[in-house]
Amino acid sequence: MDLIQELETLEREGREAVGTVRDADALEALRVRLLGRKEGRLTAILRQLAQLPPEQKPVIGAAANRVKDALTELLETRAAELEAESGGAAAGLDLTLPGRTAWRGARHPVTLVVDEITAVFRSLGFTRARGPEAETDWYNFVSLNTPLDHPAADAADTFYLSPGVLLRSHTSPVQIRTMQAFQPPIRVLIPGMVYRRDPFDASHAPGFEQIEGLAVDEGITFADLKATLAEFARRLFGPAAKVRFRPSFFPFTEPSAEVDVTCFLCGAKGCSACKGTGWMEIMGAGMVDPAVFEAVGYDPERWTGWAFGMGPGRIALLRYGIPDIRLLYESDTRFLQQFA
Amino acid sequence: MDISYRWLQSLVPGLDLPPEALAERLAMCGAPADAVIALGEPLRDIRIARVIEARRHPNADRLSLCRVDAGTGELLNVVCGAPNVRGGATYPFAPAGATLPGGMVIKRAKIRGEESNGMLCSARELGLGRDHEGILELHGDFTPGDSFIEAVGLDDWRFVLDITANRPDLLSHIGVAREIAPAGDAGVVLPPVAATGDGRAQALAQFRAARVHRVSDAGEAEGIRISIEDAEKCPRYIGVVIRGVTVGPAPEWLATRLRAIGQRPINNIVDATNFVLHELGQPLHAFDLARLRGSEIRVRRAAPGESMVTLDGEKRDLSPDMLVIADAERPVAVAGVMGGQESEVADDTRDVLLECALFDPRSIRRTRRALGLSTDASYRYERGVDPEGMERAARRAVELILATAGGRAEPVLLDVNPRPFEAPVAPLRPARAQHVLGVALGADLLVSLLQPLGFRALAADGDALRFRVPGWRAYDVTREADLIEEVARRYGYDRFPEELRPFRPSAVPDHPVAILEDRLRSLLVGRGLLESRTMGLASEAEGDVALTNPLSSAESRLRRALLPGLVHRVEYNLARGNRDVRLFEIGTVFAPGEPGAQPLEETWLALAFTGARHAPHWSAAPEPYDIWDLKGLLADLVALLYPAAGVLEPGTHDPLLVPALGFHVPADDGSAWVAQGGQVAPGGVDAPAWAGPIWGMELRLAGAELAPGARGYRVVPTQPAIEWDLALLIADAVPAARVEALIVDAAGASLERVAPFDLYRGPGIAEGTRSIAYRLRFRAPDRTLTDAEVERAVERVLRRLKEELGVERR
Repeated sequence: MDLIQELETLEREGREAVGTVRDADALEALRVRLLGRKEGRLTAILRQLAQLPPEQKPVIGAAANRVKDALTELLETRAAELEAESGGAAAGLDLTLPGRTAWRGARHPVTLVVDEITAVFRSLGFTRARGPEAETDWYNFVSLNTPLDHPAADAADTFYLSPGVLLRSHTSPVQIRTMQAFQPPIRVLIPGMVYRRDPFDASHAPGFEQIEGLAVDEGITFADLKATLAEFARRLFGPAAKVRFRPSFFPFTEPSAEVDVTCFLCGAKGCSACKGTGWMEIMGAGMVDPAVFEAVGYDPERWTGWAFGMGPGRIALLRYGIPDIRLLYESDTRFLQQFA
Repeated sequence: MDISYRWLQSLVPGLDLPPEALAERLAMCGAPADAVIALGEPLRDIRIARVIEARRHPNADRLSLCRVDAGTGELLNVVCGAPNVRGGATYPFAPAGATLPGGMVIKRAKIRGEESNGMLCSARELGLGRDHEGILELHGDFTPGDSFIEAVGLDDWRFVLDITANRPDLLSHIGVAREIAPAGDAGVVLPPVAATGDGRAQALAQFRAARVHRVSDAGEAEGIRISIEDAEKCPRYIGVVIRGVTVGPAPEWLATRLRAIGQRPINNIVDATNFVLHELGQPLHAFDLARLRGSEIRVRRAAPGESMVTLDGEKRDLSPDMLVIADAERPVAVAGVMGGQESEVADDTRDVLLECALFDPRSIRRTRRALGLSTDASYRYERGVDPEGMERAARRAVELILATAGGRAEPVLLDVNPRPFEAPVAPLRPARAQHVLGVALGADLLVSLLQPLGFRALAADGDALRFRVPGWRAYDVTREADLIEEVARRYGYDRFPEELRPFRPSAVPDHPVAILEDRLRSLLVGRGLLESRTMGLASEAEGDVALTNPLSSAESRLRRALLPGLVHRVEYNLARGNRDVRLFEIGTVFAPGEPGAQPLEETWLALAFTGARHAPHWSAAPEPYDIWDLKGLLADLVALLYPAAGVLEPGTHDPLLVPALGFHVPADDGSAWVAQGGQVAPGGVDAPAWAGPIWGMELRLAGAELAPGARGYRVVPTQPAIEWDLALLIADAVPAARVEALIVDAAGASLERVAPFDLYRGPGIAEGTRSIAYRLRFRAPDRTLTDAEVERAVERVLRRLKEELGVERR
């Protein structure tokens, strides 16, 4: 028989046989039968090569190699299939054991809240501004329509570094610095640490994060402020959230308001967190007082503006149900890990 | 500020809002209640009872057996131990089953063989006083069985209001009444003072006709002389003399009012002034006239070195910037803050001088701070007392004294008024109100909103309405903006529409450090670190900028660096058995600035980690972090923040770190470094014995590259590379970095990468030498390199290594 034909027969039969093999031992036996170095059928064919005329040898040799490669690949593919069917390399592995993981990092819960607030206001056209934590009393009080002998400027609440130099008690000095450096339209968000002389306990810390917003342009109104903060509340606390404005007092805004949001823990039904009222006080806000514009050289007849401020730490406590503000400062990894 | 619901009702006839609704209403006026306390609640079980007959208990001398009418339709047997129980009198009664304040439940019991069906109560048992001498006999017309709290007027609620600094008028019942009365100021009435007994009613009627003797800065009337020597600090002082009073307990109705707002009744004179303080907001003081030397009042500055003993028994050193009330010889009160002990009203006081004064808020504030003494009076004076309500307050206090303590008032109010009050007049343009509020409010509406709050409309000035501000708002409302706030408040914040208007983009660029912080947080959280947030306050050892009024020595400075605080956080975790700690913090550090100026501030990043390098897995034992973890992370951060910085220099000079196990990147601004890191010196760390090394680093963000690092396309190689491994014997004295640098230099342009992949030390290698294996990768961008080319490059490398560094091939 023509050797080429024999090779083709070998390949065809081999292909059929491989498909019928059901276990690894039978596959190995088949491999020996087909390609075994001593008794294999391919070896038998190649032995006849010596008897051929020299010009045919390369042709037959090449064909034999092709068949060998094809069969080898078939056998290997089938071996892999059989291994997969039988559990293969997993034989003896208990796949219910845990996999390998990497350490998981986490942003601080206060940062998470700051990031969320920032995301909402960025989409409303706000950029971020920063300023020093150690301020002069002019920036912290006087420019913000708070005379130094006003009860709101009480030294008992403020840390001083030297006469006239203090740790800012709010982020509002950055309003002044921003307005001094830029002309409207201004829409800035001001996150940062502020300091008040409160002893460290479950609900007070002498240093904490505040975030403040300021919008100044022509035609900014109280109605606009209400709408913006209502939109903010819906985005931060869910579409059902509502805000309530209550009259209040800040020297640097007028009218001033405390802003309540419907309690996001009980859905405004009344719970211990909202003291049964259904409302949570989350920020202060108001229209920029004309005296503040005068302090930075803006024309209060032309520009109007509003500002708001809130404590991301307080929101974090409420939102995540954290009972003690000190947990935010301890950096206990068992606490921080919960926000991964 | 504590407000009594019943007291308010007495000022606002027809006020029928239940307490909860009133609290809501007050919140929407700007005076939210921190608490609403139902005062009668603990006494809800107590009834009025009349003792019909009281006789001695057959088996006990000190007990009485009473027949009691408690309105139940039958007479009850009650055993009573009080000495003052008597037939025909009325008492509070706790029937069997009643709960007393404090939770005790009264039970039906047999006492020495006689049945007792309840308890007649003392004031102390009801939580109404300390008197335990006997049971509380009630004087008046009472019906047995009625609720005790309703019968005596204790069915009251105390509102603990949170009053903002701009509203001193709300520090009184009349101020709150004006806010909530439907008609505003016009709907508030003062219930007239009533006196029983002919003499008292007559004295009251006579005083009502008393005239006012007004003088500018000094005057005399009815044997008393008053002078004001500092009109700036004291614009007005009214004095009235009352003679022949009898000091004693105030009547029950007045004591009940004071108790309802948490005040302790003292005596009829003091209680009358205290009552008017809380009703009208005007602080008053009563002097014992006999104890004023020279029958004279001088309102003057304290003399240098002067001192006095105040009512609380403390000796107060006064300074010349403090205002005092003095008699002819010495200070008798710290003006507007506290009276003196020597001239205070006592049990034997017969003649009284009543002071009703006005003081400058700033002056009171400075004195209060200097003395560290805050009182109900100073609190109100600091915020502002109604200059137009003074005479009324003085008259009301005198009437109360006459009605409760008897005596006769002199028919003159001596009113020394060197600086008469001028009411502010504020304009209000309807167009401006709309400009600020976003809602059109007509002139008529504006007037109707402001009028009830006491703002009187004057003749308009062109487009501007004009309003006269009442005395009780004169400290807060002087400008158009202030009136606009009042309009918005009275209109109702909740009635403003929510109109989101289109906005122009901010002219302020997003702050680059804020952007950088975002990137760093993402990077570090992705690498498994937990973000820490601490305060900028530190101990003396860890800061150079001192607070002048720290809360504690542990928080008396501003931190000079971030890493020490972060290491404390690691210590905190180790102490709690948290072995694997990986923290980072971005925060502010402080250095001293120019004298008297702000300190210098920078934003830094710090990392501290210890424990296992990888999250635990059963397949392998945990490996601790080592210096290569530190170096790799530090190098990555330096590459991000200071791309031009080059390599990390071994060694640190920070005493916090082990000098030989650290790195730093020098600064070019004269400071020691822009980044540093290493092993935290174990000597300074409070860690358990099992804890491994702590690795720490800090980087300054101030000079960092704020723009995203230079990014750009380089051709992706298409030609094959040839890799070549070289194991080199390198003396310990020769740094690997020099070997690597020389390889790069000697190999030529086709060397694409060189990196060590193994380090060996031990048998087969000479002492003082190590073997480092490098893998070199060669590639030409435009053709396939030949082995011969690479061999020549390697030969060049080996030759120069030997010549220049004495490094041989292994």
